[in-house]
Amino acid sequence: MSSSGGAPAHMTPSHPELQVGSGGSRAGRPPGGAPPGEGDVLEALRSGDEAAFAALVDRYHASLIRVARLYVASEAAAEEVAQETWLGVLQGLEGFQGRCTLKAWIFTILANIARSRGARDKRMLPMSSLGPEDEDRGPSVDPERFNPDGHPRWPGHWSQPPEAWEEDELVSRETLAAIKAAIETLPPTQRAVMTMRDVEGLDSAETCHILGISEGNQRVLLHRARSKVRKALEGYMAAGEVSL
Amino acid sequence: MNGAFGRELTCRALVELVTDYLEDRLSSAERARFELHLHACDGCRAYLAQMRALVRAARRLARRDLRPAVREELVTLFREWRRAQGAG
Repeated sequence: MSSSGGAPAHMTPSHPELQVGSGGSRAGRPPGGAPPGEGDVLEALRSGDEAAFAALVDRYHASLIRVARLYVASEAAAEEVAQETWLGVLQGLEGFQGRCTLKAWIFTILANIARSRGARDKRMLPMSSLGPEDEDRGPSVDPERFNPDGHPRWPGHWSQPPEAWEEDELVSRETLAAIKAAIETLPPTQRAVMTMRDVEGLDSAETCHILGISEGNQRVLLHRARSKVRKALEGYMAAGEVSL
Repeated sequence: MNGAFGRELTCRALVELVTDYLEDRLSSAERARFELHLHACDGCRAYLAQMRALVRAARRLARRDLRPAVREELVTLFREWRRAQGAG
């Protein structure tokens, strides 16, 4: 197979406006600026170094499946999408120019494959046009938890302040299951952003690049998602059950 | 006192700024106002600590259990690609 004739459709960036050099969208680094060491990995892959590829698989495959799951209807479909992603990575390797991190590039290939697969399966993550679900402008915390504006001394201050959580309890298997359940009930775009940022540990530039959303939009979605999950978790920690 | 700190931040307003704070997207004046409030408010410190704890805990959901068969399959894919490269 040769790389002439261009990359397959799923490997062309679906959001060219987010390519490095778009400028002015945010102050931080663009999804470019390959971190040190990445060039070595690329070189190893291109020269056919199997261990380098296996290391990449170990590092990202499970993560790819979870992110694919945001777009497609079943675990089996997500696994297929992740597999197909690696093929896309190998096919695109020669043409990859390092305009984003290797990680962002791999996940963008995944998102493109998953998106078309999701469309075929009638399960679309409404990414580019943020739907009404994301127009919820409700407060992050129940207003009942604060003193009313007319309060003589402390208007707008906590009337029922949050409590400290025990770290041990927080990382118990049950609590982690509660967090997972709460994330799964979020509206799709919020779930996608929180999964990428907080579960998979992608940074904000990578997340924006993969989802094709602006940094500001991403931050609003992250804020709503974390606020809701915190609230659910607070209910769980107090009562032992998840409630949104 | 006015100037950089402006009027005092309420707890109700602070919780809406938590993500901007954690993402380091507040202006230096906003950040100062946020931290000034935190300094004096146990409730908001607890809230921020909960958010940080949640983010830490969420990261633990990223298990990396890869079945050996899947890994082997992908490595085979790589070998086939490499062979095709060599042939091409």
